[in-house]
Amino acid sequence: MTTSAPPVKDRPGGPGGPASGDERLLGASPLRKLLGRPELGAVVGALAVFLFFAVVADSFLRMSSFGTVLYAASTIGIMAVPVALLMIGGEFDLSAGVMVTSSALVTSMFSYQMTANVWVGVFVSLLVTLALGAFNGLMLTRTGLPSFIITLGTFLMLTGLNLGLTKLISGTVSTKAIGDMEGFPSAKKLFASQLTLGNIELKVTILWWIVLVAVATWILLRTRFGNWIFAVGGNADAARAVGVPVAKTRIGLYMGVAFCAWISGQHLLFSFDVVQSGEGVGNELTYIIAAVIGGCLITGGYGSAVGSAVGAFIFGMTSKGIVYAEWNPDWFKFFLGAMLLLATLLNAWVRKRAEATR
Amino acid sequence: MAKVGTGVRAMGAVLAAVLGASALAGCSSTGGLRAEQRAARASAEGQAAGRAAVSTPNWTVAMVTHSGDGDTFWDIVQRGAKQAAEKDNIKFLYAHSDQGQEQAQQVQSYIDKKVDGLIVTLAKPDAMKDVLAKARKAGIPVITVNSGAEQSKAFGALSHIGQDESIAGEAVGDELDKRGKKKALCVIHEQGNVGHEQRCAGAKKTFDGSMTNLYVDGTNMPDVQASIEAKLQADPSIDTVVTLGAPFADAAVQAKKSADSKAEIDTFDLNAAVAASLKAGTLGFAVDQQPYLQGYEAVDLLWLYRYNADVLGGGRPVLTGPQIITQRDAGALAGYTDRGTR
Repeated sequence: MTTSAPPVKDRPGGPGGPASGDERLLGASPLRKLLGRPELGAVVGALAVFLFFAVVADSFLRMSSFGTVLYAASTIGIMAVPVALLMIGGEFDLSAGVMVTSSALVTSMFSYQMTANVWVGVFVSLLVTLALGAFNGLMLTRTGLPSFIITLGTFLMLTGLNLGLTKLISGTVSTKAIGDMEGFPSAKKLFASQLTLGNIELKVTILWWIVLVAVATWILLRTRFGNWIFAVGGNADAARAVGVPVAKTRIGLYMGVAFCAWISGQHLLFSFDVVQSGEGVGNELTYIIAAVIGGCLITGGYGSAVGSAVGAFIFGMTSKGIVYAEWNPDWFKFFLGAMLLLATLLNAWVRKRAEATR
Repeated sequence: MAKVGTGVRAMGAVLAAVLGASALAGCSSTGGLRAEQRAARASAEGQAAGRAAVSTPNWTVAMVTHSGDGDTFWDIVQRGAKQAAEKDNIKFLYAHSDQGQEQAQQVQSYIDKKVDGLIVTLAKPDAMKDVLAKARKAGIPVITVNSGAEQSKAFGALSHIGQDESIAGEAVGDELDKRGKKKALCVIHEQGNVGHEQRCAGAKKTFDGSMTNLYVDGTNMPDVQASIEAKLQADPSIDTVVTLGAPFADAAVQAKKSADSKAEIDTFDLNAAVAASLKAGTLGFAVDQQPYLQGYEAVDLLWLYRYNADVLGGGRPVLTGPQIITQRDAGALAGYTDRGTR
């Protein structure tokens, strides 16, 4: 996945402009390009974690276990992709975790209350969720407040809305079962089915994840919008000066987060049929952690979609690896924290080396 | 900027159109609200609109629990309390916080309001000790529910109503022995919750086989499922999974399916989905502590105390559970879980 990563073509915002001036450096170019990849540190970390658990947990290497780890990674990874893109664009989204729950609640309640075909609910939920993303983006660009404040506000409001509206409409704190409604089986196929490959069961979320990573990578490295993202995250003022539509880019990024929250939310709904309104709180941090482990800079302007996937994979391997190793789970958060620090340090070190050879 | 504005307006218009149109088109002929309404019309019961059954003064009773936001269990407790309050001509107030300090402050504010009775949970007993002493000083009768059976009497409460978590756990251990189980998994969805640990410890005590705990992140369902799945794959000899809350039973059933395991899934607590799964046989049994009773009895006992100076339990906890529910009982309970009182 990572060895065939597309070359770093043009990435504005980085300190090195035209490096072609010095001919001596041309020979080292492929290595330098590799060292310059944001996800390099994460890949090294992922290999280390993989080898580690392969040694200490004997059931970790089984094919069926691989399916489980990939599933755990994919549910984080689907959200880590847009969160990484947003972070490259220099912003945060603290509402990403509960937005997933909101999106599932909208589908379920709309379908149930209107006695509509479930697909209608799915479509309405897409519009509502995208509107939430647009709200975040618009508030950010219109008010000029930091994204921390804006999305914290959205996070709190959504948490309250999830609970309040669900209780108001359903009478209880979880939604009614919609498994017997029309359209449910086909929607379940799209969002929460299982594919059997040989003798491993793979959840369809893994497919969604791979597609999202591929699309995001293409956007980042091959499109004009990708250049805008790097530019806005690197230096918004400079970007504006050269004609990059900063506001539009940011709103687009927030809507990207919303779109993926919609996918995750539909998965949540269609795999469990009933949604609890209190879910999702705290997951936003998980997504951010995955993006950071994967090499995204918190300050923006640097990172990759593939990196976020590697970060999510490390997260999935660690959380499930501890179970496979049958360790005392009291230490899980400590282990995760240590991993986050190590991965970030490794990233920083690799980047410094890469820049030093320029 | 202007372009963005029109974009949003256009989206709003599309949204409104879809909301309107989909009410007409794309209806589901199965399930949904209409099915529920049909069912409600079909059954004559459920019409009993609450009216006070007594003519005592309109007393006010406040309940303060340690519940987090949006917890199904506490929803049922509240429902029981509200229905008892309606019948007893009582005004019912409710507040909750999962932070001990905050919970104590809420109790204090009800003392300031001079309510006629207090119902509290003692999940964090140390935080509640002082404020309950103040309630006693102000002459407000207190009943503890759900958690805090050990401290209830010492803190000056009239009675304690709830399930003893250890006893409930022990009932699970006994039931597993009866079913001939050998190796069980106890899934804890809130790390550090004393009641959860007690349940698993109780089960471990009476269970003749071996039992291990698994900690999962309760706010992240896919993670709950993947963790149970991983554990079942790591140890195929596990023949029972016990979850501590109704919503997690379903995740365990799916994990079992994915891991291709033969384990039986059992759970604490009840909801509509659990009742349906019990009926279908995908769940072995459920342990119910009857949350409805905890709310209902607490309010009713406060009324009895005010009206007749009655006290129940003599300082010992009044147990509302455990009641073990199997496939045989599930059918009869389905109607009650649907209306949210079981």
